[in-house]
Amino acid sequence: MNQNLPEDPQLREMVKAALAHKVTRRAVLGGAVATSAAALLAACAPAENSALTPATDVSDSDPSLIWSNWSLYVDVDDDGNYPTLEKFKSETGIEVTYREDFDDNDSYYGKVKDQLALGQDIGADITCPTSWMAARWINQGFVQTFDDANLPNKKNLQPAYLGESYDPQRTKSLPYQGILAGFAFDKEAYKSATGKEAPAVLEDLWDPALKGRIGVLSEMRDTVGIVLMDQGVSIGDANSLTEDAFMNAIDIIGQKVSDGQIARIKGNSYKDDLVNGDTIVAIAWSGDIIQLNAEAGYDRFGFVLPESGGTISADCFVIPMGATHKKNAEKLMNFYYDPYNAAVLAAYVNYITPVVGAKEEAIKLDPALADNQLIFPSEEFLSLTQGFRALDGAEEQAFTKAFQKIKLGA
Amino acid sequence: MAFTAFSSSKPKVGIKPGKTGKVVIVLLAPGLAYLGAFFLTPLISLIMVSLQAPDPLGGFGEYVPALQFSNYFVVISEYFPHMMRSFGYALAATILALVISYPLAYFIGVKARPYPLLQKLMLTLVIAPFFISFLLRTLAWKQIFSNESWIVTTLQQIGFLDSDQYVVGTPFMVIFGLTYNFIPFMTLPLYTSLERLDTRYLEAGSDLYASPSKVFRKVTIPLSMPGIISGTLLTFIPIAGDYINASGDFLGSSSTAMLGNVIEANYLQINDYPAASALSVLLMGAILVLVAGYVKKSGTEDLL
Repeated sequence: MNQNLPEDPQLREMVKAALAHKVTRRAVLGGAVATSAAALLAACAPAENSALTPATDVSDSDPSLIWSNWSLYVDVDDDGNYPTLEKFKSETGIEVTYREDFDDNDSYYGKVKDQLALGQDIGADITCPTSWMAARWINQGFVQTFDDANLPNKKNLQPAYLGESYDPQRTKSLPYQGILAGFAFDKEAYKSATGKEAPAVLEDLWDPALKGRIGVLSEMRDTVGIVLMDQGVSIGDANSLTEDAFMNAIDIIGQKVSDGQIARIKGNSYKDDLVNGDTIVAIAWSGDIIQLNAEAGYDRFGFVLPESGGTISADCFVIPMGATHKKNAEKLMNFYYDPYNAAVLAAYVNYITPVVGAKEEAIKLDPALADNQLIFPSEEFLSLTQGFRALDGAEEQAFTKAFQKIKLGA
Repeated sequence: MAFTAFSSSKPKVGIKPGKTGKVVIVLLAPGLAYLGAFFLTPLISLIMVSLQAPDPLGGFGEYVPALQFSNYFVVISEYFPHMMRSFGYALAATILALVISYPLAYFIGVKARPYPLLQKLMLTLVIAPFFISFLLRTLAWKQIFSNESWIVTTLQQIGFLDSDQYVVGTPFMVIFGLTYNFIPFMTLPLYTSLERLDTRYLEAGSDLYASPSKVFRKVTIPLSMPGIISGTLLTFIPIAGDYINASGDFLGSSSTAMLGNVIEANYLQINDYPAASALSVLLMGAILVLVAGYVKKSGTEDLL
């Protein structure tokens, strides 16, 4: 075919199907439109039981890249530019379109699932779902395998991130940042409401003085995980985290939602409620809080891990099958696995960096930074955290449904 | 004018179908093809998805084609309160919008008739909120009524609200938001029918010794009935399916979730597509039945 076909794989398939059926005015009037329409629909329908194949990589001719990411998750300067991405552009010539459209794992998956399942472009060449969601994508064959030749810096990965059952050698997913969930609170408002300095255990969130001022994450594994750990369940262990234990935690949260103690269950947008004062204490992600303080200009919010522990997970780079700029995406990962760049990024986003050597670079940038337990946690600090165990399909469906039903008040 | 679709005037004498049949078919073809491709096909696909069953071998959110009619009973028993809430909120917001819009439309359409400039200015003001995105306007109300806002703290100080009571997330806030967002859809059809109101009928009414309130009940309301009906339909139908105002991210909370929120959660979070589709079909069916009953009662059945 000698026409210039659209770049988007879905459109391309549709145009190809249309051309193959030669839709002419005569054919349309002759009723051939029905068969063409069927062909068009067929082009959109999933091909049964066939393994997906990677889209053609146009990186060499097109130095661009679209990156979908969570909000407050890359360094931003006062003018709204992204310094590390500009550095990346000057080093590689690749122009990155950076999108902060990843608010919640489930809703992002819901949005792009159909394209993923067909191996089509999801509108992003690279994105960063949380590890359990990345595991789902890998298990279903939705993502491309990295070419390690483009990723020399992969050797800097913290060994702790290797050996995961879904991707033991990290050939399809690479951690971007480690995330810690705990309690975030508005220091002044918390003190004036409860008379205490900081919440320490889950019970502190159920203080009647905080009724209607509590927010929790819509990320099931963090919110339910923290409640489970408060109940003495170890969430990484299938013998301890049973369906009964999970549903028990769901009942506790559901009770607190229905009696109005918990007012909001949200994804990344929980930050707005902390800023406008609607929420006083929230189950939240550590790095966001430090950035909110930077925006506020003073230490307005505090972040603590509950005494019973907080949850830990990682957001991982993945390249969907339909991505057409794989090599550029690999260059981007390689860039952020350079210890210096990782240190600059960590200094801004304040999440746990998975890159070996970043701490040494951070000491050069700012010695105080290297002592920050939220970026470079010690063994002792990490012992307070647990990761949520892998769930099988039926469990995941049942757990997700139970958690969502709290949100719907049913 | 679209808003005259429900007027009760008798249709003109019909054109004989036999003579012009072919031309009519050719002229209708693009419209029918459009409806077939973009309305009927998705509708059939929606109904088919609503009957799917979970894939016994598949993972999270995977379904296979089936004829599982029990999906409908399951969603009705699970989400009955949300259905009632949706229609309750829609009814309340529609009535509120009517009560607010009627005097406004009457003023613009009848009282302001001698001043065309004023009339145009006021109409522009009615539509003015549409110059700003629906989402932004709704978020603005959320800020205005946020827990630490002066409105809420003042209401708490004068004892109207308890110190642990807030406005955002309550049914009041959601109905308020719905009413606010859909008022122009009520005002404009009311305006178009009141604007043509022949005031000589009103004079005749008072000449015949009817009190002003009786003139209003016996003359003004019946004459503006087409506007009332199209206005209430244009507000009630979208409100019943609305999911922005009641969403926890905007004005609602988990205790105000409407059917739209349930459908959204089932599609995007729980990935229970059959349940979400069954709910969508039920919502469509319920609205269709309610509207058909309403229009029939209002005496315009010959236009349906």
